[in-house]
Amino acid sequence: MIDGNDKNSIIRMFHVHKQYGAKKALIDINFDVSKNEFLFITGPSGAGKSTLLKLLYFGEPVSEGQILIDGMNLSRISRNRTPFLRRKFGIIFQDYKLIPTKTVFDNVALVLEAMGKKRQLIQKKVNSVLRMVGMEERSKSFPQSLSGGEQQRVAVARAVVGVPRIILADEPTGSLDSESANVIVDLLKGFHTRGGTVIVATHDKELLRKTGSRIIHLKEGRQIK
Amino acid sequence: MILFYKKAIQDIRDNGFLNAVTIITISLSVLIVSALALFFVNANDIMSSWKKGISIMAYLKTDIGETALPEIKNKIQGMYGVAEVEFISKEEAMKRLKEQMKGHSSLLADLQENPLPDAFEVRLLTSSADSKKVENLAVQIEAMPSVEKAEYGRRWLGRFTNVFDLFKFTGYAMVGIFFMAAVFIVANTIRLVIYSRQDEIEIMRLVGATDRFIKTPFYIEGLIQGAIGGIIGLAALFVAFMLIALNVEQVSSSGIFQIRFLSPGVLCGIMLCSIFVGWLGCYISLKQFLKYKTG
Ligand SMILES: Nc1ncnc2c1ncn2[C@@H]1O[C@H](COP(=O)(O)OP(=O)(O)OP(=O)(O)O)[C@@H](O)[C@H]1O
Ligand SMILES: [Mg+2]
Repeated sequence: MIDGNDKNSIIRMFHVHKQYGAKKALIDINFDVSKNEFLFITGPSGAGKSTLLKLLYFGEPVSEGQILIDGMNLSRISRNRTPFLRRKFGIIFQDYKLIPTKTVFDNVALVLEAMGKKRQLIQKKVNSVLRMVGMEERSKSFPQSLSGGEQQRVAVARAVVGVPRIILADEPTGSLDSESANVIVDLLKGFHTRGGTVIVATHDKELLRKTGSRIIHLKEGRQIK
Repeated sequence: MILFYKKAIQDIRDNGFLNAVTIITISLSVLIVSALALFFVNANDIMSSWKKGISIMAYLKTDIGETALPEIKNKIQGMYGVAEVEFISKEEAMKRLKEQMKGHSSLLADLQENPLPDAFEVRLLTSSADSKKVENLAVQIEAMPSVEKAEYGRRWLGRFTNVFDLFKFTGYAMVGIFFMAAVFIVANTIRLVIYSRQDEIEIMRLVGATDRFIKTPFYIEGLIQGAIGGIIGLAALFVAFMLIALNVEQVSSSGIFQIRFLSPGVLCGIMLCSIFVGWLGCYISLKQFLKYKTG
């Protein structure tokens, strides 16, 4: 059993395994993430990057091992507490996961509504993050009418609007040209400079080369040094 | 809270057909249940007015002199369950008969001699107005030496009371069945709505929405459906009632019994039940849904 008294780590993983039926998606993963770290997770398709992020935000339980997030042990978290764990994260999903029946504005506002924030505050904050990602003009549009890069930017806006402790970005530059990719990377860096922790899962070699950050390599579910 | 109402109303708009089906189902159930209630309320009124009207006619032997009358009256008056005893002389009886046969009184005009006997009309306490007690009393009165015959008109009333009780029982059973049917259908439509928004709900969870945040709009939706269904059902009943009441009034302007609409208390009760149906349907479907989704 472990405890979360390491003052510097916001995430700790101990001998984490994840299995889907007979398929072993992750095998014995061990690492810590410090507060205000900018961390990359990389590896070929199917290596388990998305699965790893999913375990962090408790999208699925681990098969074995322990995960600590900001002092919360995920194997002991109750159903009632799960939403509060999720609010520690801003998540940029590989497939964006925008709600197609809601406008750009409402998609972003949802995070703050769920937290029970006041309407005026929501209005102000949502407009300000949409301005930041350059999507202010499209706030009344629906996701289908946006390009991939624009949807990606809305996803970033939604991830940062609640001022989370950690951003999880799954392939945030996946289908973007290098110019749009740079916009996203700058946004993530901005969040990092303001004191946030960022974890990016990617196999974008270009992206990795540009940074001097720590990189965790995965291959067939294993962490390789 | 305003936000939740807006969401609920948005939901009702987005799922127009499902909601229409739900509301119509609730309305029909409310209509049928409240029609039953209306029937029983009025039937009860009629029954008690009939019971009030029950009396035993004690026809006296022809050779009873006027001097004996007070004693007979006292004796009957002293019997258990008797409310009032009134002497009806044969002349009085003839007058009443003529009145009843207005227009055909020529039939009676030919009579030389009054063939009717003197009689006592014995009215009963309402509490004693069931068939067994009436019969006992009639037997008791008939056993008196001065009484020729004791008759009471509404022998069928006793049997009718039994049938009425049976009706009541079926009524309750039907209310139960409609209640369950309505709950079942509300639960089903809400379930369909939930499934149609499954992805959306999943995303809400992922961005940190609590179960309560997700469930509240559905509950409001259920309550609104229940309320609208209740109002429509009762309004339909009221329209039907007015149509029937007009006709009945024309038929029996005598005013012995007036049919009346449900009291405000009963109306409120039905409304509350209807709203409760909406809530319960929601509760059931959300419970099922959350059982599947334990992530
Ligand atoms: N829900 C699931 N059920 C069964 N198998 C799954 C599930 N999710 C992931 N897997 C499997 O786990 C492995 C890792 O998947 P994962 O999505 O984490 O890969 P990835 O590294 O994100 O790949 P990509 O770069 O293509 O996004 C894959 O072999 C995948 O088939
Ligand atoms: Mg992936």
